[in-house]
Amino acid sequence: MGIIEVSDLSFFYGKFQALKNVTLSIEKQKITALIGPSGCGKTTFLRTLNRMNDLVEGACCQGQVLIDGLDIYQKGVDLLELRRKVGLVFQRPNPFPLSIFDNVTYGLRVHGVQDRDVIQERLRWSLESVRLWKELKDSLDRNALSLTGEQQQRLCIARLIAVEPEILLMDEPCSALDLFATEKIEDLMRELKKQYTIVIVTHNMQQAARVSDFTGYFLLGELVEFGETTQIFTAPTDRRTEDYITGRFG
Amino acid sequence: MTRLERKESLIRIALLVVAFSAVSVLVVITVFIIEEGTPIMVKYGFKKFLFNLDWFPSEESYGLLPMVIGSIMVTFGALVIGVPFGLACAVFLTEFSSKRLRRVIKPMIELLAGIPSVVYGFMGVVILVPFIRETLGGPGLSVLASSIILGIMILPTIISISVDSLEAVPPAYREGSIALGATRWQTTRMVMFPAARSGIIASIILGMGRAIGETMAVIMIAGNAIAIPRSLLDPVRTLTSNIALEMAYASGEHRQALFATGVILFVIIMILNTIANVTSKRRKA
Ligand SMILES: Nc1ncnc2c1ncn2[C@@H]1O[C@H](COP(=O)(O)OP(=O)(O)OP(=O)(O)O)[C@@H](O)[C@H]1O
Ligand SMILES: [Mg+2]
Repeated sequence: MGIIEVSDLSFFYGKFQALKNVTLSIEKQKITALIGPSGCGKTTFLRTLNRMNDLVEGACCQGQVLIDGLDIYQKGVDLLELRRKVGLVFQRPNPFPLSIFDNVTYGLRVHGVQDRDVIQERLRWSLESVRLWKELKDSLDRNALSLTGEQQQRLCIARLIAVEPEILLMDEPCSALDLFATEKIEDLMRELKKQYTIVIVTHNMQQAARVSDFTGYFLLGELVEFGETTQIFTAPTDRRTEDYITGRFG
Repeated sequence: MTRLERKESLIRIALLVVAFSAVSVLVVITVFIIEEGTPIMVKYGFKKFLFNLDWFPSEESYGLLPMVIGSIMVTFGALVIGVPFGLACAVFLTEFSSKRLRRVIKPMIELLAGIPSVVYGFMGVVILVPFIRETLGGPGLSVLASSIILGIMILPTIISISVDSLEAVPPAYREGSIALGATRWQTTRMVMFPAARSGIIASIILGMGRAIGETMAVIMIAGNAIAIPRSLLDPVRTLTSNIALEMAYASGEHRQALFATGVILFVIIMILNTIANVTSKRRKA
């Protein structure tokens, strides 16, 4: 059984149905890519996994999502703990307008970690795991907004890693970055997969092919096909997937 | 020059004149007050004006200290009441209420700003002053009453500018924080406030300017005695009240002394506005 088990998940923005009976299983310490045309519900799906969609007024969710065997939509779920465990990286890097130090240690403070040594250690370790420590260790007071786009995105990942999540959700994490930076973030993802389960939404099929172990193809809120990346890209079983992958879509 | 171009430049000049006439009003007021008010300050000494306790215009004694302190006390009191309430309201509206509720409540709060100050004063006299007199003692007309009424009067300023600056914070910050498992309140305190800080400070300073400049409501409920209040329940006179109360019959040096009061008020307000401008500019940089 996967670390994330989604069964029969439907999602509504008011009357509009953005997800239709999605069922899939995501394996631990693998990279799962979600691809599909614009507006097909990839972001929506990703955000149901840590209940960020709760913030949307008038939205409603049906079906079941199990994470580590726990139904996250049942009553009494600790949302704060869920979101610590299932971190989200946004499409546009969104560091807080605070110092680098405050950004990385934000999650720790929020979750009540006060021990200075622990904070220092986690700071170092999370910046190291995103390969920022060497560059930034002497300028931790700098405002995070002064970093480059790629550094900001790394910082946002470090910010998550500091609170020891199990799952990293990434919503088009490279779409605001250039090719070179994209490549470096992809390297980082391969590195991170040793410890974390990664679900990445991407517009870029090459990227999905390059980094992911599993791929899901969404179309109009439906999960058309899901399977190993090599299979999806070489021998898709569904005609619609094939059209999309070979660029014959639309 | 074509006809269109000529028309354009005419319009430009006309607009320029209009814009400058607005500025010139400011200049005229400034020059006028300073011209009328400073000679007497020079004559009796600036220090005496600011620090003398006695205001007996008939005996050529022009000490403004009680009024300066009165203005400061009342303004500070208004902030003590208005700022926590105002910020609490702003945070509620931006972070804890639904969009629909905000769309109803915010215009209503802004409407508060349109109520004439005499009405606030009237409410103070009819409700608040007797209430204070009966429950806490003293004449009722007091620092406390003025602070409360002024605190309410500055609410719309504080709330609407704070709400605007909190709403101007990119939603991505809020989402980023929530996605890390922060509560709404932690998000507000640790991300939204710092991000909106300069706007919030500006709202407080503008509220302060409003409180210090308010005249009508204060005259009605402050008691207007010329003495430094010993407690919150004592009556008080502010700089603005001083001018408004005496201008009608003042002449000669007395009149000039009232202009001098205006100069001091003007300087205080200018300082506040400058601070507001500087802080809100830093936000955009
Ligand atoms: N807050 C919202 N309220 C109403 N409808 C929404 C909202 N967010 C998204 N939608 C709609 O839901 C559908 C799916 O949106 P979603 O953002 O999940 O697509 P996506 O696959 O991530 O697209 P993209 O590739 O452009 O990011 C779209 O039709 C969109 O218009
Ligand atoms: Mg999206």
